[in-house]
This record gives sequence, structure tokens and C-alpha cells, in this order.
Amino acid sequence: MTFLTGWGRTAPTRATVARPRTVADLAAVLARAPGRGVAVRGLGRSYGDAAQNAGGLVLDCTHLRSWTLDEATGLVTAAGGVSLHDLMTGLLPRGWFVPVSPGTRHVTVGGAIAADVHGKNHHADSSFAAHVRSLTLVTADGRAVTLTPRDPLFWATAGGMGLTGVIAEATFACVPVESSWMRVDVERTGDLDETLAVMTATDDRYRYTVAWIDLLATGRHTGRSVLTRGDHARRADVPAGRDPLAFAPAARLKAPPWAPGGLLNPVTVRAFNEAWYRRAPQARRGLIQGVAPFFHPLDGVQGWNRMYGSRGFVQYQFVVPSGGEATLRRIVARLSSEGVVSFLTVLKRFGPGTPGPLSFPMPGWTLALDIPAGRPGLAALLRLCDRWVADAGGRVYLAKDSRLSAAALAEMYPRLDEWRALREQADPTGVFRSDLARRLDL
Amino acid sequence: MKNALGSVDTVLLLGGRSEIGLAIAGRLAREGARKIILASRPGPSPAPAFGGAEVHHLDFDAADPAGHGAVFDAAVKLAGDLDVVIAAFGVLGDQAAYEEDPQAAAESVGVNLAGHVSAGLHAARLLREQGHGTLVVLSSVAGVRVRRANFVYGAAKAGLDGFAQGLGDALHGSGARVMIVRPGFVRGRMTAGLPAAPMATTPDAVARAVAAGLRADAGVVWVPSKLRPVFAVMRLLPRAIWRRLPR
Repeated sequence: MTFLTGWGRTAPTRATVARPRTVADLAAVLARAPGRGVAVRGLGRSYGDAAQNAGGLVLDCTHLRSWTLDEATGLVTAAGGVSLHDLMTGLLPRGWFVPVSPGTRHVTVGGAIAADVHGKNHHADSSFAAHVRSLTLVTADGRAVTLTPRDPLFWATAGGMGLTGVIAEATFACVPVESSWMRVDVERTGDLDETLAVMTATDDRYRYTVAWIDLLATGRHTGRSVLTRGDHARRADVPAGRDPLAFAPAARLKAPPWAPGGLLNPVTVRAFNEAWYRRAPQARRGLIQGVAPFFHPLDGVQGWNRMYGSRGFVQYQFVVPSGGEATLRRIVARLSSEGVVSFLTVLKRFGPGTPGPLSFPMPGWTLALDIPAGRPGLAALLRLCDRWVADAGGRVYLAKDSRLSAAALAEMYPRLDEWRALREQADPTGVFRSDLARRLDL
Repeated sequence: MKNALGSVDTVLLLGGRSEIGLAIAGRLAREGARKIILASRPGPSPAPAFGGAEVHHLDFDAADPAGHGAVFDAAVKLAGDLDVVIAAFGVLGDQAAYEEDPQAAAESVGVNLAGHVSAGLHAARLLREQGHGTLVVLSSVAGVRVRRANFVYGAAKAGLDGFAQGLGDALHGSGARVMIVRPGFVRGRMTAGLPAAPMATTPDAVARAVAAGLRADAGVVWVPSKLRPVFAVMRLLPRAIWRRLPR
């Protein structure tokens, strides 16, 4: 029995962990599923309780890790436990890249589909599941079924948070790249309106875009941002003497194993934000950067989640549909005026979503921020934000969530009952369960 | 499930008419709990406001341990996992009357101690299987050091406090927890007509402290919190002085 938490290190619960190595192992474990059910876990990067199962069984799928690339088609077939880090390490030297990469490459393929993850290219390329051609799902009865985007169960699984079965394998289309480098433009904006205007007007010139917002800036600076936008560099862009297809992320710094709870406080974060904002050039074009610092700056610090101290932290990520900019402004202004200490607040423009009833992205704006869990009044503040988000027709991202209420979820995901019906068909006795499912009455 | 910020979904209140218990349940409902189960002896129930939470009633007799298992079974049927079980039942009684009526005194201990032992063990078994959940035990400073003025009640609370400490240790590492609440003199129905002791508190203050304790995974909560250092000293007073303390 082991205590497990998500990446936010909040609300630990105890479960038995099994580590299947083959699909046959999976079926055998499911055949003796305990009364409290089975949850599926990858690298534990969901922030909340999606991969926990109090009193039950948790399948650690990270040992299912074989994969192949068909160089003729760019299709990768990977076991559910393969990490995007492993894929990048193998793919980039051969001139291929994953179709979507979230803010960390330490996620599994199964997790990427179950949370239908998005990256900086969502406005151009949608989310991970949009690139999946087929997947093998091991269902509650231990059978392995192959699903394609024509199957409703495929879309209940994409974004289904592991509650329809175990994603044992998936085949998805990768992207050819000339180099493993990124050609990046960086610019600063003075406030939120300018940020939104610049992103709306010129995001389509870039495959990858994101804005970092200084949430501690207030008054006329509210929402000032650093915009980072780029594309895969062409071979000719790579500076002479550099291996154009190298992928060797710098040796990772390690966060100290213990940090005082108040380390990230308004003073230190304000200083960091000021420095980060000032460090960014007014405008800089054509910066050549590696994949790791461009996509995954936080992966450079191993265990950065421990910096929030023993009570952990909450990540709040929501989307409001296009036209909901007033809600976005209202929330940014409120969080700024409350002095919410968020280390990395990220704004991203979404393009079209996928057909998954529980898939998070929709065309509009998504904002993600980290907040120490011990902050007084946080529960009420985020409930208020939930209210505004739901009223605007938006929703909160389940892969990040650790505190939403079941009632708010039902409002934000109007196709919840459709998803429940599909899940009921696939798992009539409710073998697949998680703390998140209990909390949100999924 | 308890969420990242310490809000819970389901609450079973044993002692469903207890003023303190209802204050705690009400507070947890306002903070997001969606199912509240009030377990008490049959009879007219107060209808407190629990916001949007679903409220259920179950028959529960603290003095009848044989029936306790069925109460937990019924609660699980209604609510699924129980995130918080509040053991708030108890009788205060009158010390002088107890000294005249030993049978009544023993019966009060049956509720205040034996009833908690039975209900607590049932709760512990359930929470251990769940792998999560908190049993909130309403102890009292009266049990921290038993006083001449209410030693029948105080002795039961002393026994309960010790039982709850041991139970918490037994559950350590299981994911389930015990939280012991030690209020001082609580102004309310139970103490109506009694002169308030120094540092008296209220049911709402107890509820606030319990909610904060749940957020922080506290093992022991004193209400008000300054009673903790006060009783650290009280425990050391020579008996000759302790005996002479008023009330």
C-alpha cells in the first residue's frame, strides 16, 4: 500500500499499486479487481486526484513502454506507458516530432490521450487525440478492443481521464521537422488587452504560441505579458557547428527535497515576475532555441512542484469561449487585485476542440495558474471564478483540477450524461474508478 | 472525497441533534459538502439550513451498540464513501444527581464512552477500507484533567479522549484519520443555565476550528486554541489546589 498524490501534492490517499508489463498482465490484474476498483496512472503529472484510488488498486502503466515509428508515414505506434520524453529522444534525431506536447514532456501517451492534452500549437493543430488514428483499450472485462475516431468509445476515452479502460497502445501521426531547434520570436505587451489583440491578430503566423502573464502587475499594467511564439527551425536556421537534429536536454537541476511553505510568497514572486518581464526583450525575432527550453522550461528543474512546500499547490486552468474575453479580463483583474501568488501564469488561444464529451479545449482563451494550497480564502475565490467561467460557457481542465465541485462540473461539461452512458456501456460494474471520479461524481 | 483545499463531499453526524455537531455539519455544507446524514434517536429533528446539500436522517441510538453497524451500512448506501464522521453525541447531566443515582451515572457513561467506543470502531473499520476519511471525536477539556465538579462526565470524556488517541494511532498509515476536538465550556443548549467558565466558546467557533483542522489534517483541535497552553499548566497543578478549584 502506498500513498499517492498528483503533481500538486495535495490530498494524498492510500492504494495498492500494480505494475503490469504486458497487456496480458493488465487483463490478469483486472480479472481480480478489488471492490474499490482500479485507477490508471502514468507519470503522475495530473495535478489533482485523477490517478489516485483510495483503498483500491492503482495500475502504474509506465512499464508498458515499447514503440515503433513507420518512417514512410510518420505514424508512431506506442504502448500507453511510453513517455513523450522517450519519444522525443528517439524521434528528433530521425527528423520527427510529436504532434502535440504539453508543458512537460514527462507524460505518457496514455495520459496524453486520457486528458486529451494540448500544447502551444492548439490554435493550429488542436489537441493530442485529434492526431490519434487508433487505440487499443483494455476494458473492464479484460478484453483489448481497437478503437478508431469513428467509435463513440474512442471519444469517451479521449479526455475520459482513464475511466473507460486502460489505453494499452495508440497509433498517432507525427510531424516531420528539419531540425530539433525552434525559431522563436519574443515580445512584451503592456497590458491584457494588448496581449489579446496581438495574439488574435498574429497567432496564425506561428505554429506555437503562448503568453506568460505577470499576475502581480496591477492597475494599468494588469495582464502585462511576455509572448513567446515560434516554429520548428529550418535546417538553414541552425547555427553552424550545432547538430541540427540533436536532442539532449540539459542535465536537470534538482529542487531541494524540502522547501519552507512560504518560500513562494508575494515578495519573492513579485521579484521573479518583475525580473522575468524585464528580462524579455521589447521584441526579439529569430531567436534559436532548443526544444526543451521552448516547450518544457519547468522540466529543467526536477521536482519543481516541491517548491510550494508541504501543503502543495493547486493549478487552476479554465477556458472561456471566444467572445468571453470580458470574463477573462474580470478573472485576471480579480486574481491580480487579490495578490494571488502565481509563479507561472500562462495564457493560450485555443482553436477547434475534439469531439470528446469530456475533452477540455474549445475555441477561445485558456488561462492556467499555480497557487499555493494553503492560501487563506482560496476555496471561495476559485468557486467564484468557477461561477464566472460557467456563466461564460467555459470550463475547468480536469487534468489540472483538484477542487472543483460535482455541480460545477455538470454545468461546465453539458455532454456529461452522454459520456456517462458510453462509460456505463464500456464498464457496467464500475471497475475503473478514481478519487477524481468520486469527488466529481463521474 | 476531500479535495485539495480540504472541502469534503459527505458527512455523517452521529448525534444528529447535537448543537455543536449541527454547527460543524452546517459549516462543512457551506464549504461544499453535498450530502449530510443526521443520525439521532427518532423524534422531532431541527431543520437547520444546509445550503444546497442533500440531507438524510437515520435512526441512531448511542446507548444501543448492537444497532451501530446497521447505521453505518445505511449511511454508506445513502452517501457512498463517508469523508467525515462526526461523533458528537453525549449527555452532560448533573453531578450531584449522579451521586444520588449511580445507575443514571453509569448509563451516562454508557453513552459518553461505551457508545463512542462502539461507533468509533465501526467508523474506523469503514474508513480504513475506504483508505481515506476523518473521524471527528468530540472530546472535552473536562476529560483532560477530571474535576471534582463533574467527574462522572469528565471520567467518560477522559476515557473517550484516550480511546480516540489510541484509535488514531491504530489508523496511522491507513489513510483514515482521527481528529480529537477538545472544546472548553461551550455556550449552548447543553449548558443552558450553567454559569459560563472562563474562555467559554460557542458551537460556531467549534465548527470553524474543526473545518480548519480538517484542512490542515490536524490530530487535535482545542477550542479556543489558547486552552492548549492553559491545560498544559492545569495538568501540573498539585492535586490539593486542583481539588479546590471552583466548579
